[in-house]
Amino acid sequence: MTSGRTRLLRDMVRIRVVEETLADHYRDEQEMRTPTHFSIGQEATAVGVCAATDTRDWVYTAHRSHAPYLAKGGDLKAMVAELYGKQAGCSHGRGGSIHLIDRAAGFAGSAAILGEMIPVAVGTAWAFARGGEARAAVTFFGDGATEEGVFAESLNLAAVRRAPVLFVCENNLYSISSPIGARQPAGPTIRDRAEAAGVTAVQVDGNDVFAVHEAARTALRHCREGSGPYLLELATYRWREHVGPGFDHGDGQGYRPAAETEAWIARCPIVRAADVLREQDPGIDRTVAEWRALFGDEIRGAIAYAKEQPFPDVAALLDGAYQPVPR
Amino acid sequence: MRTLTYWQAISEATVQCMAADESIFIAGEGVDDIKGTFGTTKEAFARFGPNRVIDVPNSENATAGFAVGAAAGGMRPLLIHTRADFMFLALDPLVNLAAKWRYMYGGDKGGVPVVTRGVVGRGWGQGATHSQSPHATFAHYAGLHVAAPASPADAKGLLVQALTGDTPVVLVENRNLYPLTGEVPAEASGIPFGVGRIARRGGDVTVVATSLMVHEAERAAGQLAERGISVEVVDVRSLRPLDDRIICESVAKTGRLVVADTSWARYGFSAEVAAVVAENIPEALTAPVRRLALPDSPAPVSWPLEEAFHPGAGGIVEACLRLCGQAPGELPALADVAAGFQGPY
Ligand SMILES: Cc1ncc(C[n+]2csc(CCOP(=O)(O)OP(=O)(O)O)c2C)c(N)n1
Repeated sequence: MTSGRTRLLRDMVRIRVVEETLADHYRDEQEMRTPTHFSIGQEATAVGVCAATDTRDWVYTAHRSHAPYLAKGGDLKAMVAELYGKQAGCSHGRGGSIHLIDRAAGFAGSAAILGEMIPVAVGTAWAFARGGEARAAVTFFGDGATEEGVFAESLNLAAVRRAPVLFVCENNLYSISSPIGARQPAGPTIRDRAEAAGVTAVQVDGNDVFAVHEAARTALRHCREGSGPYLLELATYRWREHVGPGFDHGDGQGYRPAAETEAWIARCPIVRAADVLREQDPGIDRTVAEWRALFGDEIRGAIAYAKEQPFPDVAALLDGAYQPVPR
Repeated sequence: MRTLTYWQAISEATVQCMAADESIFIAGEGVDDIKGTFGTTKEAFARFGPNRVIDVPNSENATAGFAVGAAAGGMRPLLIHTRADFMFLALDPLVNLAAKWRYMYGGDKGGVPVVTRGVVGRGWGQGATHSQSPHATFAHYAGLHVAAPASPADAKGLLVQALTGDTPVVLVENRNLYPLTGEVPAEASGIPFGVGRIARRGGDVTVVATSLMVHEAERAAGQLAERGISVEVVDVRSLRPLDDRIICESVAKTGRLVVADTSWARYGFSAEVAAVVAENIPEALTAPVRRLALPDSPAPVSWPLEEAFHPGAGGIVEACLRLCGQAPGELPALADVAAGFQGPY
């Protein structure tokens, strides 16, 4: 168990280092010409859930895609090359940050129209179950996406079909600059709405990777046993601006109090996991520092690789719009 | 006359109409944001507050239906989508209700004047689902008015017209136009839908365009003038109703037609303009119609592909040269315009 817990911390550190490094390059170079939504501060949700899946389970996400992609085992170089718009990218430079995919790892796709990938996961889960396979489909989305009608429709459809789908709501309290209180009534939570629709649902501290992981294991067992859909509402917080590499608290953007952001930064999921592990492993901080160096090298290598790669051939612009017609 | 930017013109029209008519309200995701929808809702929010400039949940379908109901109840909703791509979620209320309301209840119970502003346009790898211009989609349906203003004055005049009429309207705004400046009348007077304008006079080729492509056509015309080709640029301003007359009068004079659009050719704006000419003045054409539109794929992200994907002045120049039987060859550089969204997003 301890080694499993250490692994959760390690995966979070990797994603943090990757994203922080990418954010710096994004800002300084202006070469990753693709709107990018960083998950910095939200690593525990992606890691806790994805570590509970196996490669045969599929994960879909919305626009905030990097952390689940990496947590699911998506290829780092292919992701970075995608951000640089290169042919070696996971979507060959056609899709950008919001359209990641790595089928071999079970990362089935991200897409950025809100709510779009929620019913898609229900369909995949249903197809798995229909094929008699004990596999689940997972779909990550934000609190904002639960306001789309398709969320309610998908809960209902999943419940009535008992689809083995795990809905993962990363509730980070904001939709761009709109606080959740302006968009959803106080009282019923997202969890409550799922439960009312007939979907088993729990709320979990989304910055506690161990709690998220436990909850995801239970949820996925439930799905695979044929007990129907499950929803996790995970409370977390985005540290950076909605889209782009910068911080936006305390710079006059004014939609969230700087003290609120700072309080959440103090609840850093990585620091919290290290605090827990330190009780058994006093050397954990040194280990984390070693990982930081290791993953720093890895991401810098991936960036160097991506930059060397060629752009797609302009003559191939139309390729992929349709299945090639045999000649 | 004083000059305003395109976004200021929209803001001014909004504020003037809201001051004159208490029933107008704005609804959209983040319309109260500090950035104020590219600046266009900032002053309205400052003047009229959150009761009339309403940040709504991420519920495009329900919000559009809500707007239909509010309009039926005597209000005048102005809905805003920061990407017109999100309007696909609002299609049912707009197309199946708003567009048909007046007619299917017998034509004598009034309309539901829901006005929707949708922002379109390329820039910084916006890609397949965040840079589409679905103006033709909306213009397909009888019962809606659809306009795509190219100038600050038209942005103001067409919005005023929309907010004072009784027909549901979709206004398409290319985000690359927001910083553009131009003369704008101070008073809030409407520009009727279905009346195009000649953006530049010429005698050899007609370029019919809308929105951003009007500016690309004007750039192209400047370059072609140096090759002795005189281009007439027709800005249709609204797609439905479409000013058939201004198109046909110009083509009757020049005998040559290029249609430039920021969306796809098939079943699109350019197809419609070509059909209008073919139906009305087939004898006028001395050369085949050329359409400059998007290649038949979704929008790519990677910037060399994105550059190749989006049509611009260069493509218009080439099309005009071909129609006039001239080889592309050496040309002076194109005049630079503000067009081209600055990064990072
Ligand atoms: C249908 C649709 N409407 C609006 C948007 C614009 N938009 C993109 S991300 C976003 C905020 C979403 O918030 P949430 O779902 O909570 O995810 P978060 O960004 O917080 O991770 C919005 C409104 C969109 N992409 N799609």
